[in-house]
Amino acid sequence: MSGHSTFQPKNRVVKWIEERLPVFSLMHGQFIAFPTPKNLNYWWTFGGILSVMLVVQIVTGIVLVMHYAPSTQIAFGSIEHIMRDVNWGWLLRYLHSNGASMFFIAVYIHIFRGLYYGSYKSPREILWILGVVIYLVMMATGFMGYVLPWGQMSFWGATVITNLFSAIPLVGETIVTWLWGGFSVDNPTLNRFFSLHYLLPFVLAAVVGLHVWALHVVGQNNPAGVEPKSAKDTVPFTPFATLKDGFGIIVFMIFYAWFVFYLPNYLGHPDNYTLADPLKTPAHIVPEWYYLPFYAILRAIPDKLGGVIAMFAAILVLFFLPWLDTSKVRSTRYRPLYKQFFWVLVVVSVLLGWLGAKPAEGIYVILARICTVYYFAHFLVILPLLGLIEKPKPLPASISEAVLAKHKGGAGAASAAASAPETRG
Amino acid sequence: MKNRILSVLGGALAIAGITLVLGTSNVALASGGGHSPAKQSWSFAGPFGQYDKAQLRRGFQVFKEICAACHGMKYVAFRNLAQPGGPEFTEDEAKAIAAEYSVVDGPNADGEMFDRPAKLSDRWPSPFPNDESAKVANNGAVPPDFSLLAKARAPERGFPWFVFDIFTTYQENGPDYIYALLHGYHDEPPHGIEIPDGLFYNEVFVGGPAIAMVKPIDDGMIEYADGTEPTLDNYSRDVAAFMMWAAEPSLNTRKRTGTAVILYLIVLGALVYLAKRRVWSSVDH
Repeated sequence: MSGHSTFQPKNRVVKWIEERLPVFSLMHGQFIAFPTPKNLNYWWTFGGILSVMLVVQIVTGIVLVMHYAPSTQIAFGSIEHIMRDVNWGWLLRYLHSNGASMFFIAVYIHIFRGLYYGSYKSPREILWILGVVIYLVMMATGFMGYVLPWGQMSFWGATVITNLFSAIPLVGETIVTWLWGGFSVDNPTLNRFFSLHYLLPFVLAAVVGLHVWALHVVGQNNPAGVEPKSAKDTVPFTPFATLKDGFGIIVFMIFYAWFVFYLPNYLGHPDNYTLADPLKTPAHIVPEWYYLPFYAILRAIPDKLGGVIAMFAAILVLFFLPWLDTSKVRSTRYRPLYKQFFWVLVVVSVLLGWLGAKPAEGIYVILARICTVYYFAHFLVILPLLGLIEKPKPLPASISEAVLAKHKGGAGAASAAASAPETRG
Repeated sequence: MKNRILSVLGGALAIAGITLVLGTSNVALASGGGHSPAKQSWSFAGPFGQYDKAQLRRGFQVFKEICAACHGMKYVAFRNLAQPGGPEFTEDEAKAIAAEYSVVDGPNADGEMFDRPAKLSDRWPSPFPNDESAKVANNGAVPPDFSLLAKARAPERGFPWFVFDIFTTYQENGPDYIYALLHGYHDEPPHGIEIPDGLFYNEVFVGGPAIAMVKPIDDGMIEYADGTEPTLDNYSRDVAAFMMWAAEPSLNTRKRTGTAVILYLIVLGALVYLAKRRVWSSVDH
C-alpha cells in the first residue's frame, strides 16, 4: 500500500542529494503520490488537524518558556507577566491553553471515528495501539502543563492525582514521595513537571511519526471498510487529500479562534486565577474537562485502589480492542447492531464526563456506577459477543462500487450496500 | 442522501456532547453561597465588545477612593493606566496619580531601605505590608487582590446555559458577580441564618452567607468627576468594569484581532473549498 514513488529528479542539486539521501522521493511517495481511498469523508481530516495542533502547541510552548519561570515563588506572577507585559503574550498563552483543549476535542473525534469505522482491525492493530500510546502521553503532558501556572486548581489537581498512587499497596507512599520530590506538592514537583512537560511533546512527535509510518504501510481505512482493490479506488494524496484536509483544518481553526479570542477562559477553571495556597482547599477539585470521564470512573468505585485500577483499566482496555471486537466487518455502515451500541457508548462517555464534574454524592454516584459498568461491558462483553451473533449487511465489492451505489441509490436508499443490486442478499 | 443527513445529525450530536462535557468543567465552583448573579449589560461583552473608557475612569475613581483602602492590585502598574484599551489617562495624569503613592525602594548606598513617590513603572502598592497585618485589620480575612478577581470569580452557570454561552460568548460572570455582591448586603439576615459577630450577611458571596467585608459603598458616597449620578448601582457597575479591565487589560486588542483572524480564515476557507471542489470534480467519490 505504501506509495512507491516514480519521482525522477530533474534539478541537479536535488539529484545529487537524492542519490545520497533519498529524502525527496520519500516525501514524494508518502505525501504526494500516496494512494488515498477516494471515499474518505470529513471525519478523516482530524488526523491532519491533530498534526497541526501538535505543531501549534510545540511552537507556542517554546516561546512561552522564554518568558515563564518554574518556581513556586514566581510562576504565577510570570504568567501574569506574559499576559500583561510580553508583546502578544496574551495571545501565545491563550493559544496554548485553549490549544490543549482543541487537541483533546480533535483526538476524541479521531478516536470515535476509529471506533465507528473499525479502523483498529487487522492489519491496523499496531497503528491503533500507537494511537492509544499517543493519547496516554497527551494526557500526561496536559496534566503536567496544567500545574505550571501554579494556581489553586493547578496545585490541588496535582495533589489529588499524584495521591492516587498512594493506593498502591506497600510501596504507594514511597512512590508518591518520589513523584513529588518531597513530602508534598512543592517546588521540586513544579520543576520536574515543567521538565517533563517540555520533554513529552517531543516524545509525542516521535510516536506520531511511528503512527504515520504504520498508517502509510497499511494504508488508510475508509468509510466502506473494504480495502482498495484497484487504482480506480484511490486518488493521489496531493492534491486531493491535501486540499480536503486543508479545508477541514481551516474550519477547525475557526472553531479554535472562536475560543481563543472570544471565550479564552471558558474552558479553564476560575480558581486557577488565584495563587496556589496549600492551606486552603477549594470547595470542589475538578480536573480539566478532558479527564472528567475517567475521573467519574475513579470516583464511582467505593474503594480507593479499586477506583485507581478501574480508571487506568478504562484506558488500557483500548489496547486490546483489536482482539476484543470479534467481527470481521470494519465499517459500522454494515453492522446494524453495533451501530446502536456505538451511539450508546458515545452517550455513556459524554454522561461520564458530565458526572465527573458533579460532586460525588447521591444520584450522581449511582449514575456514574451504571455508566462505568456499561463502559467496561461494551468492550469486554458486548463487542466479543456482537461479532458472533450479528448478521452484517452485504459488503460492497470495492470502494468504487460503494461510491457508485451511493450515487445511484438516490434519496430513498437506506445504505450504500443495501442499494447495490449485485450484493442484495 | 439519507446517509449524509444521518452523519450530519451524528456530528451535531457529538458536538453537542462535547460542549456538554466542556461546559461542566466550569460548573463545579461555588455551591457555597446564595444566588447565581443576574446578567448585566456590559460594553465589553460579545465578539465586538470594547471597554468604555469613561466607565473605566469612573470605576478607577471608585477603586481609588473606596476599595484601595483595603484591596491591592499588585499586577497592575501605574503605566497601565495610560495604555491604550484602558482608562487611557494621559502620561502626565498617570504620573500624577503615581506620585500620590509611596513605595519602598532600596537599599541605598548606606544600606537603608527608603520610601519614595511611585513612578509609572511601579506596580500598585498593596495597602497592607503582609497578609498577617491585613488579617488583623479585617476580622481575620485577607481582602483579595484586585488584579485578577474579575476572572477568579465566575459562579456556576449550570446546564443548559453553559452550552448557549459558547454561542453568545458569555464571559462576564466575573463582573456580574461583583456587581451582584455589592448589591447583596442586607441589614438583617433571613430568619434562621446566624451571622457571627464582626461579619456581615451577603446573599451573593460565594463563601457566604457571612462575609468579612462591611458593605463598602452606598448611594452618594463619592462624587463622580464626570458628573454621573452617584448611586450604588453606578458605583458597582463601574468598579466591576474597571476590575475586568485590571484582570484582562488586552481585551480590546484581543476582540479586534479575533474578528480579523476569523474573517481571514473564512475567506481562506472559502477559497480552499472551491479549489477542493474543482480538483475533486474529476473523480466520482
